[in-house]
Amino acid sequence: MNAAVADQITAENPLVEGLERLPVHPTTLVIFGATGDLAHRKLLPALYNLAHEGALPERFELVGIARRDLSQEEFRSMARASIERFSRRRPDADVLEVLLGDMRYLSGSFDDDGVYTDVEQTLREFDEKAGRPLDHIFYLSTAPQFFPVIASKLGAAGLNEAGDAETRLVIEKPFGYDLVSARQLNAEVLSVFDESQCFRIDHYLGKETVQNLMALRFANALFEPVWNRNYVDHVEITAAEDIGIEGRAGYYEGAGALRDLVQNHMLQLLSLLTMEPPSSFEANRLRDEKLKVLEAIVPPAVEDVASMAVRAQYGPGVVGGVRVPGYREEEGVAPDSRTETYAALRLHVSNWRWAGVPFYLRTGKRLERKLTEIVVTLKPVPHLALQSSGSVGPQSNQIVLTVQPDEGVSVSIGAKIPGARMRIRPVNMEFRYGTSFVSESPEAYERLILDAMRGDATLFTRNDEIEALWGIIDPMLTAWSDDTTSPIPQYPAGSAGPEEANALLLDCRLWRRL
Amino acid sequence: MSEDVWSAEGTTPDAIGTALREMLRSRHASNRALAPARVLNLVVVVDRAWKDEIANRLAGVGRYHASRTILCAVEEGRSALDALAVMSYDEPRNGLGVMHESVEIDIGPDQIARLDTIVDPVVVSELPTMVWCPHGHTEALRALGGIVDVILLDSDDETDCTWAMAWAGKLLESAYVVDLAWLRSTPWRERLAASFDMPGRLAALGELDAVTVRHRVGSRASAMLLVGWLASRLHWDVTSLSSMNGAGLRGAATAAGGEVEVRLESSDQDVPGLAGVTVSWGGEHSLSLDRGRGGLRARERSGAGERAWQILGASRGEGGILGEGVRQALLRDPTYGPALQQARNLCP
Repeated sequence: MNAAVADQITAENPLVEGLERLPVHPTTLVIFGATGDLAHRKLLPALYNLAHEGALPERFELVGIARRDLSQEEFRSMARASIERFSRRRPDADVLEVLLGDMRYLSGSFDDDGVYTDVEQTLREFDEKAGRPLDHIFYLSTAPQFFPVIASKLGAAGLNEAGDAETRLVIEKPFGYDLVSARQLNAEVLSVFDESQCFRIDHYLGKETVQNLMALRFANALFEPVWNRNYVDHVEITAAEDIGIEGRAGYYEGAGALRDLVQNHMLQLLSLLTMEPPSSFEANRLRDEKLKVLEAIVPPAVEDVASMAVRAQYGPGVVGGVRVPGYREEEGVAPDSRTETYAALRLHVSNWRWAGVPFYLRTGKRLERKLTEIVVTLKPVPHLALQSSGSVGPQSNQIVLTVQPDEGVSVSIGAKIPGARMRIRPVNMEFRYGTSFVSESPEAYERLILDAMRGDATLFTRNDEIEALWGIIDPMLTAWSDDTTSPIPQYPAGSAGPEEANALLLDCRLWRRL
Repeated sequence: MSEDVWSAEGTTPDAIGTALREMLRSRHASNRALAPARVLNLVVVVDRAWKDEIANRLAGVGRYHASRTILCAVEEGRSALDALAVMSYDEPRNGLGVMHESVEIDIGPDQIARLDTIVDPVVVSELPTMVWCPHGHTEALRALGGIVDVILLDSDDETDCTWAMAWAGKLLESAYVVDLAWLRSTPWRERLAASFDMPGRLAALGELDAVTVRHRVGSRASAMLLVGWLASRLHWDVTSLSSMNGAGLRGAATAAGGEVEVRLESSDQDVPGLAGVTVSWGGEHSLSLDRGRGGLRARERSGAGERAWQILGASRGEGGILGEGVRQALLRDPTYGPALQQARNLCP
């Protein structure tokens, strides 16, 4: 080995080449809100699965913080129950025992300085045990009103940096309530932490199918040539749920469909669908492109909202053969509630690639089925020499990206119906994850927790991006909150949504069937 | 799990292919939510007497099974083809159900030389094809050369490690090789890479002065490949190791920082693969990783003393290793070839 090789070794780790699992530096993960629903259902099971696969750092410490007064043993029992119930694989007894055995629980109020003294002391203990400073990740899985409180208290306790080690802040959604509050939260967080330390989670970005959207666009010569206003007629993005609010009236009454799904997940899908190819998949290159396209979406003026967006609430109906109450009859919901459980909007991306192409977004609860998909409908062929008599005839090609439940991509094409006549009908070419890969997709949270520990922010939302997202829906929030008298359209639970949503579609287009 | 079954004695490859298509067509017609898995063809050539044992191993790979598995069982004195095709699936409750196909074909020894004419009509042509011959049958590999993309082997299976390495090297010239002995070393490679990834630790890779790998008696190839990997990644010059009178192998590699002592020691652990690895550097530093319950036990020594801790991870077991082998057929690891080359240089 010559000097050049020795230099190369000190510059980058030569042992990493070819490994599927990249090294993660020793880390202490501190979860604020460790007894909450998200930790219970997602975070603790995700951490177990990472441990099972040997993906956690060689030195890993976990600290849970919550207000509930629990002993260490009670917290471990609770964590064990969460993992056993929600892990995607049956836990290995030995791995689970070691993981639980090292967990630490701190109880206290998030605005109590004493909690942060305890955190500091615990982190120091772990560093001393390891003989080196561990990276620190603070994961805010709390109600959003605590985000600025915790960030500020961490800063006051000097926990926003750790000398030679890295300190990162992971913040769950919702990040803000509207544009003003998102800006304020950004300002508060960024007064303590640098943007490079902040990891704002939208777990949709951790889903394989969402990342596959980029693979579809940028790894295939087939699609990119038609991915523009010359060939695309319109785009629909649907996030339909068949469930209601599942006892979360307290949260949902203050949120509604627009904040719950459109501002984050659906606009993220829209940005990945429409952005220009990034020069690399480095975090900021990718987020620069997403930001550019989000800024090209011109929000409607408040007075134009009625012609570009529709809101509605589900009424009583039947879902899966079961009679269910309407939204206003749900426990905890005001009988005169004006919170939307359905939102549909028409947006335009005002740039060279997409000018004139309408983008239709719709989401709702208690719809006829659960489905998240993006449908890109191409323009019809310019001249139709083939006869359609006796068949449905050629239809516009559609590229359908299904995020859930059957993750995959299908392309509809016109094909000749076997027989003597030249009759055409659409058929599908399909790719399904379930049939094309042997491996099981990891849960989105597994990927995102690992990325945060590795400091890779590619799948997290940057501060300017989050403000751009809020900026798009802010006029709708304003218009809908200002309007306190117009009746809120109702749709029967179990239906495809309100009739009023059809009015958004231009040129006699129809919503795709759910 | 539901199954559709077809079988025939004295059949032909075309008839088998036709039967598979018909099973697929009729099952899909009766339930459009069922779709065939289309990932990988796995062709396995075995001695008929051991067919069930191999079938059980394949059943143990869990979710990492190939979408179409073709098990060719070689039986002395046989000339006719008997075949059994099974299409298995779970009835879909919500959404999609996936169907997997497995075919067992009993063949005679004389048919191995033209096994391609039997297998080719039965594989799904647009998918990659992997072949595994756990009982030798090297002539089958030659016959299938034109249709095979990936060869699965286990260098630990061979009693002569030197021959196993040479054979793997030869196969690598014509196809991508997935070596289960290499995959047994994966967690160790990942942990070594992570251990030296921290700031301030990376430079120690250039100062390594000793490597000891502990392995089960029958897993010397895994140990050789682990050392070969270090040698190839760190640009060591290696020469063949010498026997330590039955206590293992020892030798030395030359690195830029000086000589690296290399030792391979046998361990009496039950499970195949590696038992532990120790790397030393700078005279007084060492890191040992050893197999333990719930992961690896790590022990680090330095002038300041000793620290021990546990690294989390579940053992994959031999079923998991084989499943990983199937999954690796769809990936390409650029570091196996150079590691194998260095491991061959280490062979006594």
